[in-house]
Amino acid sequence: MSQFSMESRISSKVTNLPPSGIRKFFDIVAEMKDAISLGVGEPDFVTPWHIRQAGIFSLERGHTYYTSNAGFMELRKEICNYLNRRFELSYNPKTQTVVTVGGSEAIDLCVRAIVEPGDEVLVPEPCFVCYSPIVTLAGGVPVPIVTKAEDQFKVTPQQLKAAITPRTKMLVLPFPNNPTGAVMERKDLEAIAEVLRGTDIVVLSDEIYAELTYGNKHVSIASIDGMYERTVLVSGFSKAYAMTGWRLGYACGDEAVISAMTKVHQYAIMSAPTTSQHAAAEALRNGDNDIQMMKSEYNYRRRVILDGVRDMGLDCFEPLGAFYIFPSIQRTGMNSVEFCNQLLEDQKVAVVPGDAFGASGEGFIRCSYAYSIEKINEALNRMEHFVKKHI
Amino acid sequence: MEKREQILRLLERDAKMEAEQLAVMVDMKTEEVEAIIKEFERNGTIVCRKTVIDWEKTDYEQVSALIELRVTPQMGEGFDKVAKRVMQYPEVRSTYLMSGGFDLMVIVEGMTMKEVALFVANCLAPMDEVISTATHFVLKKYKQEGVVFGADHKDERRVITL
Repeated sequence: MSQFSMESRISSKVTNLPPSGIRKFFDIVAEMKDAISLGVGEPDFVTPWHIRQAGIFSLERGHTYYTSNAGFMELRKEICNYLNRRFELSYNPKTQTVVTVGGSEAIDLCVRAIVEPGDEVLVPEPCFVCYSPIVTLAGGVPVPIVTKAEDQFKVTPQQLKAAITPRTKMLVLPFPNNPTGAVMERKDLEAIAEVLRGTDIVVLSDEIYAELTYGNKHVSIASIDGMYERTVLVSGFSKAYAMTGWRLGYACGDEAVISAMTKVHQYAIMSAPTTSQHAAAEALRNGDNDIQMMKSEYNYRRRVILDGVRDMGLDCFEPLGAFYIFPSIQRTGMNSVEFCNQLLEDQKVAVVPGDAFGASGEGFIRCSYAYSIEKINEALNRMEHFVKKHI
Repeated sequence: MEKREQILRLLERDAKMEAEQLAVMVDMKTEEVEAIIKEFERNGTIVCRKTVIDWEKTDYEQVSALIELRVTPQMGEGFDKVAKRVMQYPEVRSTYLMSGGFDLMVIVEGMTMKEVALFVANCLAPMDEVISTATHFVLKKYKQEGVVFGADHKDERRVITL
């Protein structure tokens, strides 16, 4: 009898998923002493104290049980109040809201609830890395829409129209965008909505960076005429309230899709962490000033890093959202991975190669500005030495 | 927040920040920022620039004490007259008029405990307007001017996350 091999039992869907493009790079950076990393995709702020305290109090009071599958009602009400207050969106906390383990779970639930084998899902790239693998695991087919620097990395109606086929089931709209920092303004969304009207395409709007915009206030596509019914709004607490480790997100949308998502959620997760839910309710009730404080800090840093990379001779469009800039390194003659490896070796600065966010990210690097001004200045000085040698 | 206020708040946080850097951060020209800072200096809004020091990290002696004064307010001058007299002493670092159970909070720094005690006994307590004093010595400073002392600033985040 042959020896049992677990490896051979792994689902081919999982086996065939591409490995993380930065695994090796990560290991090198992690081992390197004195390296400055601009590669972190989470806030440098600690969760504001009153929010942490609410988590502590909930433990002290013994709130250590499961909540209802969709999340405890007080939090769902606060989520709906918040979306109404900030983005003029109206959702029913009982039937249109589900609390999830981070925004990532909400994305997974939405795709699993909607996508059937063979369905095409339009994914603007460069983008956060989770959408295509989740679609693939659900049996769907991710179809990239390549956004371009000359379009400020926005999805254009022409691109959308060209990508739609009879198999298109869903459009992912990840704006404000990681890694580009691009935002879709109201007029951009109006143009997208115009294409979507008259189709059956569902919109998965990942708005996790909604609070971090530096020009106009964020607009959700759900608030555009005719888009509310077809949009699943996904967001969370990680970026706006610096709560990454709490792993808490949510989705709002039509009753049918939220009910389907909650069904998957109850089997896979049961309910999101109770302590995190209590802390999140406090964040929504009393955290507006925290958001403003952090956003104002990010904006200072955004200007400093943008000014710095342009000064050293790199082309970079002005990002108006999230906490990343996405400069082009094409003038150096190197590809993204070469640039990042050599920059790390030469100056001990880690930035993320653009192709980690899809093939269309080639020729770019992602620099996070979720760092102190001192750190950013030091990293910029080192990068300048390197770039000047190659331009 | 208005840009002039942003400049003040940034300088309050880091007095060494140069006009060129400030200009980038608040999206103004360097000359404009320089002019605003000069104006703030001229009109006394920016009073001085100081350094926050954690004396515990040095071998030098440094004592801080908070002294509560209950005083009799003066006709027509309230507490101002006595406050102005108290703050004349070079040992006094700060003087505040307070609400609550006492009137003036006096912060004294830079001497030994004995010297502080003698300063209170010889200089503050005998003043005609002073009804009583209560001296509290600072045993350990955890946070001053918004800065946490002895904090571990290690970045716990993973070096790269997408």
